[in-house]
Amino acid sequence: MNDTLHSHEAPIEHPGYGTFIGVWLLLLLLTGCLVGLSHVSQTYAVWGLMTLTPLKAGLVFYYFMHLKYEGPVFKIVILVTLGTLLIFFALLFSDVAFR
Amino acid sequence: MSGHVHRDDLGSRLGMWLFLVTEMVLFGGLFIGYSYMRYRYPAEFHHGGMELNATLGVINTLVLLTSSLTVVLSIVAVQRAEKQRAMALLGTTLGLGLTFLVIKGFEWSAKFHHGLYPNSAHLATLPPGEQVFFGLYFTMTGLHGVHVIAGLSVLSVMLWWVATDRIRQDRYIHLENSGLYWHLVDVIWIFLLPLFYLAA
Repeated sequence: MNDTLHSHEAPIEHPGYGTFIGVWLLLLLLTGCLVGLSHVSQTYAVWGLMTLTPLKAGLVFYYFMHLKYEGPVFKIVILVTLGTLLIFFALLFSDVAFR
Repeated sequence: MSGHVHRDDLGSRLGMWLFLVTEMVLFGGLFIGYSYMRYRYPAEFHHGGMELNATLGVINTLVLLTSSLTVVLSIVAVQRAEKQRAMALLGTTLGLGLTFLVIKGFEWSAKFHHGLYPNSAHLATLPPGEQVFFGLYFTMTGLHGVHVIAGLSVLSVMLWWVATDRIRQDRYIHLENSGLYWHLVDVIWIFLLPLFYLAA
């Protein structure tokens, strides 16, 4: 039996262990910063939530979830999803603001 | 007979991502609900947040971040045909996931011990804002916990498949997709930590 395999993908260079360990260290550092900010004041904690948390999530998406190495379709799917959530968020708070 | 194996790893990953975005919308809806309730009951959310153990929340964050690392490293190991290392890394991921659940169990037990659980008599005596806070806390961390259990179940199968060479250097899309799911579980927790433990 002569099996032939057809894959739609061109071979790509895979990232090594070091890249991911570096990202992990950065994630730990950002978590430390987030905890530090929360000890300063609640305002700083909220700023940390709105800046460092999306940055951490972005690092996981981009490196650990390999988005960096995927084509534009994947990025568009995620941006459309995040955009949809943002629209819902804006609609809710525009309603709240005019109550 | 000439066997023809058609494989579409790109389509498989795209399908997984489409599933993951439905999960993002599910938790995103809860995050939006949280935002509105926090806006409406800032003092009660602050008081509710003080009741939670931030140290355990941070430890669990470190545990999940590390488990995400070990999953992604296991994929690198499979790509390099380092089977033993891939199995060790996946085993470590399973251990870390279980550690997360045990810590979460201790945390929930402490809350139960203090009469804080859904529909409890003590919870009913608290101000409405705090009832909402704990309602969201149990709903969101509970739903996340269910996802952790689902992720661990899938990763256990992946470990078995690596051991039996069903996942190997030239065929590891199932491990990649399972890893994607586990990373999303990690991302959700990345948001839950500041929402409940740090910035409430």
